[in-house]
Amino acid sequence: MTFAVRIGQAVKGAALMDFVGAFGLAMKYFVQPKKTVYYPFEKGPLSPRFRGEHALRRYPNGEERCIACKLCEAICPAQAITIEAEPRPDGSRRTTRYDIDMVKCIYCGLCQEACPVDAIVEGPNFEYATETREELLFDKQRLLDNGDRWEREIAKNLELDAPYR
Amino acid sequence: MQAVAFYILALVSVAAAFLVITAKNPVHSVLYLITVFFSAAGLFVLLGAEFLAMLLVVVYVGAVAVLFLFVVMMLDVDFAQFREGFARYLPLGGVVGAVLLTEIILVAMTVAHTGAAAKNALPMASAPGVSNTEAIGQVLYTDYFYLFQASGLVLLVAMIGAIVLTLRHRPGVRRQNIAKQVARTPKTGMTIVQIKPGEGVSE
Amino acid sequence: MGGIAYSNNPLIWSLLTLGQILLIVVIVLITVAFVILADRKIWAAVQWRKGPNVVGPFGLLQSFADLLKFVLKELVIPSGADKFVFLLAPVISVVFSFAAWAVMPFAPGWVISNLNVGVLYLLAISSLGVYGIIMGGWASNSKYPFLGALRSAAQMVSYEVSIGFILITVILLSGSMNLSTIVEQQNGGFWHWHAFALPTIVVMFPMSVMFFISFLAETNRPPFDLPEAESELVAGYQVEYSSTAYLLLMLAEYTNIVLMCCLISVLFFGGWHAPFPDDFIKTWPPIAAHLWALMWFVIKAMFWFFMVAMVKAIVPRYRYDQLMRLGWKVFLPASLVGVVLVAAWRVFGAQG
Repeated sequence: MTFAVRIGQAVKGAALMDFVGAFGLAMKYFVQPKKTVYYPFEKGPLSPRFRGEHALRRYPNGEERCIACKLCEAICPAQAITIEAEPRPDGSRRTTRYDIDMVKCIYCGLCQEACPVDAIVEGPNFEYATETREELLFDKQRLLDNGDRWEREIAKNLELDAPYR
Repeated sequence: MQAVAFYILALVSVAAAFLVITAKNPVHSVLYLITVFFSAAGLFVLLGAEFLAMLLVVVYVGAVAVLFLFVVMMLDVDFAQFREGFARYLPLGGVVGAVLLTEIILVAMTVAHTGAAAKNALPMASAPGVSNTEAIGQVLYTDYFYLFQASGLVLLVAMIGAIVLTLRHRPGVRRQNIAKQVARTPKTGMTIVQIKPGEGVSE
Repeated sequence: MGGIAYSNNPLIWSLLTLGQILLIVVIVLITVAFVILADRKIWAAVQWRKGPNVVGPFGLLQSFADLLKFVLKELVIPSGADKFVFLLAPVISVVFSFAAWAVMPFAPGWVISNLNVGVLYLLAISSLGVYGIIMGGWASNSKYPFLGALRSAAQMVSYEVSIGFILITVILLSGSMNLSTIVEQQNGGFWHWHAFALPTIVVMFPMSVMFFISFLAETNRPPFDLPEAESELVAGYQVEYSSTAYLLLMLAEYTNIVLMCCLISVLFFGGWHAPFPDDFIKTWPPIAAHLWALMWFVIKAMFWFFMVAMVKAIVPRYRYDQLMRLGWKVFLPASLVGVVLVAAWRVFGAQG
């Protein structure tokens, strides 16, 4: 560290050169277009793999996909899923109860990975905030309704993600 | 108008001064003391001594009283202990107070009799066009120059004394050297080492 | 404003002055409302955000929405608080921050009280502003506010010293403590302003920069906002405040900032004078000339507020010992040297 360099630094410090530089940079940012997203009106892009609200899907003929194999219940690390099953009068095995405690759920996506029939999926919807805790205890009917409502988006996402599986 | 202002300010300052010594909470005492200072500054303004008034506010209210408040706020005050000594110190305090009161009354009587009050009433009106501030400056830096400097020296000695009493050089304390830190650049603070595979850095 | 109020009838005089005071208070309140918005907008813009933009066009009414919200909320007084002092503190802050505007010259003659000791008055009032903070912090009966108040008091008292010395350089240069006189002496282009006047620019321009930095510390603005450093003291002396009391504290803070922005333009940057010789306005009608002057005053004050906001956006917060070091070991000696140099120039220089 030579003396001249130290003097130069002292002069630079006294002249607030650091501040001037930062000011220039800040002004550059100041005039640039803003990145703000008007959230409720605009939304950022979502990946097809986005893991949002759960949904139970149906086959195109209206038959529910879930066969009550309970793989999702078994793999769920938060033990948020509760399934009870009985044979239906027509002999097929279906769930009588399919509950997800959305308060427990950690959105890991293991249930949709485990499902052999693509019945339980995590859809693209993330705007389902509620005012009470009870509303977050989803039952089968709620999940099936979700599936009906979001089927187009879910199918599109599965299709887009299919090449990478 | 001026009389009304005077009586308001005087009443406030006397009342606040009374509250300074009667308030139970010492912080409240200091706050009342600040009120006294402030009203006194108002009285100065009424006298036409605006410069002195501002100085009173700047120095006493703005700096000295803040330090008072600092100390008093951080005191761990035991109110019971306060009142315990009250009876014991009452005679002594009473005597001191009585002496001071007598002195003030004597001075006031003398002033009233000899007419010093009338002489002091309009000292600044003698020099028209010279503002109050300039008048003080002209007196302070000529006639009373040595006194002014001497009082400055007294304050300086007090300051040095306070520093000498409290300054301790503790050995082994690592202090920050800002100039040294700022002077550090990637060139001086970093070395690029070529590491041969399987050897690691030998340091 | 000023110049009108010279009526011999005390009643009319009082009413006129009262009217002027109310006018100034209303103008300052509205200015502060928009200045808070500008502060947030500028801060946001530097960070590639848009800032508040929902209430009103471009979010212009955001401050008024905030005001409504604050006023309608519940005022919580902590159970251990000293109730009277707790409620007195925000009022004191606001009163003193508004009292200082009495001597601010907005345009030639546009000043409520043309005090001869205007500069000292400002110094006195700004030194009183610390009481709102100390009293609020102490009366909250809580640790964070108390620490915040202690920090703030020490900081404001420290920086007042260097501000005082910097003010003395200006007083020495202009030979007056009357703010209107100080401004009038800077007439005729920016090379007559105190910060840029030629022989003294060597001292006075650094002084103006130091004044800027000192008033950031004096008003507890970033990078010196240690009294309310969020990461350390939550909100400092304001922690226990809510509702209107909090609103008043914030109002006082921003009023002081705007005041200081006006003050730096008055003391160093020519106040209401245009940066070029504007003798041509002498032929204008007086009201137009005054508005022209007012425009330059507002432009300068707003420029300095822009700088304040930019500093908030780009400078990291100082540590407390660094703050004290800057105040006592850098600014105080530097401003003392400045006072000595200016005094020497006044005695031995061209005018002496």
